Order: sequence, then structure tokens, then C-alpha cells
Amino acid sequence: MSVDLHNLETPVFDGRAARRGYPINAMCYSFNSLANRERFKADEEAYFDAFGLDAEQRDAVRRRDVTGMIQVGASPYYLLKLANLLGMDVQDVGAQQTGMTRDQFVARLQAVAEA
Amino acid sequence: MAKIIGGIGTSHVPAIGGAIAKGAQDTPYWKPFFDGYGPAREWLEEAQPDVAVVLYNDHGLNFFLDCMPTFAVGAADRYENADEGWGLPVQRPFKGDAEFSWSLIESLVAEEFDIATCQKMMVDHAFVVPTQLLWPDGPKLRFVPISINTVQQPLPTPARCWALGEAVGRAVRSIGDDNTKVVILGTGGLSHQLDGTRAGFINKPFDKLCLEQLVEEPRCLTHYSIRELMELAGAQGVELLMWLAMRAAVGGQARLVHSHYHVPISNTAGGLMVIEPVDLEGFECADWIETYHPMM
Repeated sequence: MSVDLHNLETPVFDGRAARRGYPINAMCYSFNSLANRERFKADEEAYFDAFGLDAEQRDAVRRRDVTGMIQVGASPYYLLKLANLLGMDVQDVGAQQTGMTRDQFVARLQAVAEA
Repeated sequence: MAKIIGGIGTSHVPAIGGAIAKGAQDTPYWKPFFDGYGPAREWLEEAQPDVAVVLYNDHGLNFFLDCMPTFAVGAADRYENADEGWGLPVQRPFKGDAEFSWSLIESLVAEEFDIATCQKMMVDHAFVVPTQLLWPDGPKLRFVPISINTVQQPLPTPARCWALGEAVGRAVRSIGDDNTKVVILGTGGLSHQLDGTRAGFINKPFDKLCLEQLVEEPRCLTHYSIRELMELAGAQGVELLMWLAMRAAVGGQARLVHSHYHVPISNTAGGLMVIEPVDLEGFECADWIETYHPMM
């Protein structure tokens, strides 16, 4: 098995990640509310403060770096709420993590269908 | 006693809800996927279940990391959908059946399943999208949601989800003194992965194997570990757990009514399966031939 706890190929969101990632995930969970999404858009830094994100978590969000966010404990499910707020869908998120353009990523998904 | 009339496994990808909201079902991208649902709707129209037990996984609408139950059973007369933060229109509340839920809960706990019970429980796209696919005009039946944790590891093993499904099946069959007809839904999957450098991973051969095995030899699939399932089906492909629980609730021998497989929907392999239990009690040889060899 090539899956392990700190595998970049297939990260595992376990207790350690859930502890490390609690603030960034709490922030993502808050985006279920439209009012909170507006607050984030109005002032990201104040929003980071409100949820107590650490320096690395803030940095990853500022850089819109999905891989970075996952490495500092973001859950892939909750992360998508933030990604959506930043104008990224699951294809954008996949493309960024695999180092492809969006078109390349979508084409690869399509290629599976035709294989 | 209530009767389980069948089981349905289906994908629940949020983008399906987005396509429905946009009325994009007949576009070239979506049509091959949505076309697979016709026979499932017809089967439901014919079967007219009174209650649907829905095994699904919450993605951060009702549950968060502050309190993450491994198994949570709804015990309400009404379940609300809500904003999940990605632009899907909020659907109308779903009718519950608290009395049915509590009977189920009593039976599960008596069988030593230490579930969480929820008198308030918001249901997310994993519950809602399948209802939109299966009852496009709005569902008229009552629902019992059962959420299985797939967010935070450790996740329950496939074998444990199978055991839960079996217990749900036994519980349902012991409820009431009328002929309530129950359909079991398992939602999620099939293969997909959202995170990591393997994002976009889809495993067609494994999905096809699962669609076959779920009907004929479902217990084989319970021998995988969560890690093995992640490897084979992708990190979020572990949502196969809900299909396994559904299949276990249906129990015994099952007959495939309909299945459909389409790749890709968004980043995911779309799967659908409708099965009916084969009642072996009082089963005559002629029935057997009818069921398994209708051409003879």
C-alpha cells in the first residue's frame, strides 16, 4: 500500500490533521453562512484573526495554495467551501494540486471515460 | 412488520445539484448521466415505498470537527437542508418519521451499535441530490437519515458499516404491525479523489467490480481496509461504505433491477444501482428459474 499518513499523493485527514487544522476548518465551516462569506470577502485578515489561524495557515490561504492548506490541516471536504468563495471549483482545485492547467485536468478526466 | 422492498446506491456529487438548478440535464455533458435514472424512477413509481432510510455522509453542514459521530441517526419529523457555501439552492424540508426512527434506534442500540441520535439534523447534498435524482417532482415519502463519518479518520471499517447495515435491515423488518414499505438508499462515490497529487483519480475497473460484487458477493468488499479502499477507489471513494451498508440492509440474495455507470461527473465516476431482495422463504424451484433464468 502506498497510502500513508503523510502521503502527498493521497493525504489522510486523521486526528493529527484535525487538531492541526481545527482553526482553518472552523473558518471553512463558517462559510455555510452568506453573512460570513461577505465578512471574509470584506476583510480576510480580520477573519483569520477571528478564527485564530496560525501563520502558516494564513499564508496558505493568502497564496490560494490548496496543497499548502491541506498540509496545514485543511480537510478536503471543508476546503471546498473556501475554494468556492475564492472562485475555484473542484476542477480548479484538482488542477492546482496536480500541476496541470484546468483544461489539462478536465481532459484527463475525460480520457478516463474513453479508456 | 415493515418490509424492505429494495435498495438504491447512487452518487451524490454537488455538481449534479448544480446541473439540476441550471436545468442542464439535457446538455451533452450531463445527458448520459441523467438518462441512467429513468429506470430507477420507474421502479420507485411502481414500488411506492412509504419510508426511505438514507445512508449518507455529511460534508460539513450538520456536523463539524467539534463533535463528529461515527454513526448518527435522525429522529425527527422534519429535516431541513441549508446553505452549504457553494451556491446550491436550498431544497424544501423533508418529511421525517420520528416514531419509525426511534424504533430503529432502539433496535440498533439493543444490538450494541452506540449511535448518536439527532432530533435536529440538517441534511446536506449527499442526502438531497439523490432525492432530486430519484424523485424529480419532489419526494412524497418519509425519510430516516443515517450519517456515516467519512470526514475525519479513523473511519468505521467496511466490515463495521456492513454490520450496521445488517442491523438496520433487521430493525426495519421488526418495526410496526403494518406493511410499511421501505427503500434503503446508500449515497456517495463511486471512485474519486479531491485532494493530493493524485486528485482526479478514477478507477473504472474497480468501480465495475464493485457494481458486480455488490449484487452477488458483497461481503468480499468488506475485507478491504479503509487504506486499501482509498488506494483503490480514491480518497473520497471510501464513500463506498454507504453502498455497503445499503446492500447489507437489503440482505440475503439480491436481484439487480438496474445499474448505470458514467464517467466523469465533475471529478467523480457516477454510479447507480437498484436492487431487490430475493425472498428465499417458500421459494419454489419454478420461482428460482423465473428469477435467475427468465429466458428458460
